[in-house]
Parts: sequence; structure tokens; C-alpha cells
Amino acid sequence: MTEFRMPSLGADMEHGKVVEWLVKPGDYVHKGDLVAAVDTDKTVMDIESFEEGVVAEFLVEVGDTVDVGTPIARITATPAEVPPPEAPARHREPGAKVPPPVRHLAHTLGVDVGRISGSGPGGEVVRADVERAAAAHATEAAGEAAAPAEGPEAPAPAEATRVRSSPLARRLAAELGVDLRGVSGTGPGGAVTEDDVLSAVPPKETRTETPAAAAPSEAPGPEPAPAPKEAAPEEAAARRKQPTAAGGKADSLRQAVGALMSRSKKEIPHYYLSTTLDLAAAMAWMQGVNRERPVSSRLVPSALLLKATALAAKEVPEMNGFFAKGAFQPSSAVHLGVAVALRHGGLVAPALHDADTLALDQLMDQLRDLVDRARAGRLQRAEMADPTITVTNQGDLGVESVFGVIYPPQVAMVGFGKVLEQPWAHNGMLGIRHASIATLSADHRVSDGLRGGRFLARIDELLQAPDKL
Amino acid sequence: MNEQDARQAVAAAIGKVAPDVGPEDLDGGARLRQDLELDSLDFLRLVEVIAETTGVDIPEADYPAVATVDGLVSYVAGHG
Repeated sequence: MTEFRMPSLGADMEHGKVVEWLVKPGDYVHKGDLVAAVDTDKTVMDIESFEEGVVAEFLVEVGDTVDVGTPIARITATPAEVPPPEAPARHREPGAKVPPPVRHLAHTLGVDVGRISGSGPGGEVVRADVERAAAAHATEAAGEAAAPAEGPEAPAPAEATRVRSSPLARRLAAELGVDLRGVSGTGPGGAVTEDDVLSAVPPKETRTETPAAAAPSEAPGPEPAPAPKEAAPEEAAARRKQPTAAGGKADSLRQAVGALMSRSKKEIPHYYLSTTLDLAAAMAWMQGVNRERPVSSRLVPSALLLKATALAAKEVPEMNGFFAKGAFQPSSAVHLGVAVALRHGGLVAPALHDADTLALDQLMDQLRDLVDRARAGRLQRAEMADPTITVTNQGDLGVESVFGVIYPPQVAMVGFGKVLEQPWAHNGMLGIRHASIATLSADHRVSDGLRGGRFLARIDELLQAPDKL
Repeated sequence: MNEQDARQAVAAAIGKVAPDVGPEDLDGGARLRQDLELDSLDFLRLVEVIAETTGVDIPEADYPAVATVDGLVSYVAGHG
């Protein structure tokens, strides 16, 4: 039996809120399977299991906020005395209706295999049958168990079955177009209840069944709850976006960013460098490539800049790693953090893993995916926790240069400004070239201007041979 | 494609790429980057959605012509 604990999703994270379980009691999880969606002050992230085993029970409810390290679920590891599920398969008796691994799973989950019908070949009971049966049990059990415990706090009879049953509140929220995560919960532990959802609906939209629901003016946050139009059926993805960034979320994100940046400026002796990148070759090459391609596989200048940065970071190790416990720990891998502005304000900087090893097209694909998920609030734990250096690309928003603040415990932040055409003197001739201002904010405890300058110069050099990026 | 259809297609595409941009923001003169705050990836996605829904493929060389809502609408109307 192991306890699955609230993981740390970044140096600055102290607590997290479980906003969704991605598994249910009785599910078999492997290492790396996604278990829950956790809301930090910054974003919502999917967290994965570090154990293999069966989800025995949840120790917190959806909506609960707990400190890092708090057990949030129990996972029953495959018992040591029983061989692992795969091993006995080799000894499977021919003709057996229930293969040993499946029987073992059934045993672990407390399912009587004799009572379930198999859906496998020849009526064989397969894993899915067992898991389905276990899930059915678990759901019943959860319903029964939750009722008495939560009874006293239940504001409405309808909720007596599962007061903190967020699925219900969530479903309702989805139907009514209410931003669930922008609703402050009045339930136990701040859980959002149906009533909370209903009270967050603008008056004319409120369904009739709960006239006693609190006044809509109690809808929290500086922004009104999103109008139902945003919950149009085809906008499932969009709906996910809203909860992440809107309302109270933007505030808490702003606070988190503020706290982290204050810490950075207090602790890290920044130094700043700037250079103008000659992008004539890179832009000409990219435009040539894009001309041959459908929109879906076109490149953007950011992809080239990011790749060049990752390669340069690999070559200048003083820029890439963490400063912790009074010492610099260089990283052999380059996990390139990409600052992504969220539409309602604030930013997150998830990582493109091993960016130096990605082919440009791969990097472009992953960049698009990462930005989409960051905006939709669907980042994974590792992406938030481990960038080794971060890039902020303000060029898209039109400024010429940006001097970033280092994300602790990282030691360098690279900024790119807008790509513009500039008059450029070259070999005694004046011409027009694409150019962009690259800046470096770096940690003086780890490097000095000489190394920092080398790093920026290297980015420029690498961009002169874009086809080799 | 007539201009009204094009305008509808453009509004739908922008709504898909940037759900927080409401119809009231879609002033004809609104600049996609600066006013609607689409970044280069959003813009690429917009061009992709336009291609999917209207069949109008906007090559990179024509990006300057579609920098505003009206510019995009007339481009789609003219090429669709």
C-alpha cells in the first residue's frame, strides 16, 4: 500500500487543489499514467502516478486544497508475495476461462470472477471486464459512504448523496456555462456545490429548481462568470480555457507570478546583455520552406530562435541548470521553458523537453501543442517543474526587446524582440535585413558577462545556418 | 464566396482560435495581432482554420494583407 502524495509542481508551489480525478477507485494504474488534474496558483496540470498498482481510495475530494506532500490517494501496489501480473501468463493453463493475471487483478480488486461475464475470445474474462466490475462496485460504495458523512453540511437534499461530488457540480456548470473554477465553494473544505454553481449563473439564465440559491451578486472574482454562449457544445476546448484563466484564477496567478518574481529579484544578482541578431538567412530559409508547405506544417520564427537557444545552452553550461542550496548544478539536458502569455493575463513557462535534440519540425509541433495546452490549462507536472532555462518571446506582441526576470532556481532567461526589417551595414554596403534583438538576463553567482556574451553570440552564429538547426 | 459569408467564416475562425474574443471585438479595422492579441502561433492556427473551413489557403507572403479583420474578410471573399 503506498500513498500517492501531492507532488511539487515547481519551486514555488506550496499547495495544490485537486480539480479532477482522471482515474477511479479500482483502476489499475501504471507508472506515468495520469491520475489527477491539480490546480496550482498558476495553472491546472495533470499529474502522473509514480507507482504501479490499483487505486484503492481517494483521500481528498475534488475541490480540496492540500499542501505539497499530503497523501491524496492510496494505491495498492501489487503485493510482493504474488508474482507480478505478467509473469504467470507464461504458465497459463490452456482453455482457462480466466487467465491468472486477470484472476489476480480480480482478487486485488475484490471482484468475484465467477460473477462476471467475459467479453474476450471464447467468453474469456479479460482485464476490462474485471475493471468494469470493480468500478461498478466502487461507484456504489462511494455513493453509500459519502452520504452520512457529508449529510450535515449538505445545503440541499439533492446533494445529500455526494455533497462534494464535483462531477455533479461540474456537469451542472458545464450545462449552464458556469466557470467552475471561478466559483468560490461554500461546501466542506471549500468544495464547490451545486448551489454555488447555480448562484454563479446570471439571473436570467438560472434554472427554476433552486429559488433559494444565493444571489448572483455573490459570483466571485473581478470578472463576471462567463456567459453561457461560451459553453456552446462545440466549444469544449474553449470551456476548458475559461476556468483556467478567468476570474479568481487570474488574480491568484498574478499573485504567484508576483511572489516568484520578487524572490528572483531579491535573491538573484541579475546582469543583462543584449545583441541584435542577423536573421536574414534564417527568415529567407524559413520563408522558402513555408512556401512549399501546407499551413499545418509551417514554421514560425520562434521555432528557429528556440532551437538556436537550446543548442547554445547545451554549449554554454553556465546558462543551463539550477542554483540551489548555495551552489550551481548544471543540467546535462536542455529543458527549454517557453513563457506563454495566458489570454486573461499572467503567464506560465512550461518546458520543451530536450529541446536541443528535437528536429526543427518536431520542436515546432511540440511548441504548438505546449502553447495550446498551457492556454487550456492542461500541462503536465514535469513540464512545469523542470525547465532548465527559459525563453520569453515578446516579439509577437510587438516590442523590440525584453529583459526578463529569471525564474528561480534557473540561472538564465533569454528574451527575443520583434522580428523587423532593419537597415544593416555589411561589407561597406547598406542593405535591409530581418533582425531581432536578443537579450540575456543571467545569474552573476554562476556566470559573468563574458560567458553570457559568448552564449548570445552563439545563438546568432547558429541562426546563420538555419538548415542545420 | 460573398463578403457576408466570408465575414461569418472569419468570425467563426477567430472564435475558435481565441474564444475570449467576442463578436463585439470584431471591428472591421481591428488588427489581429495588436488589437485581438493573437500571437504568431494563434495566427498560424487561424490561417489553418480558415483553410479548413473555406478552402482559402493564405500563403505566408500574403500575411501582411490579412493583418486586420477587414483585410482577412476581403481576402477570403476574393479567393474563396
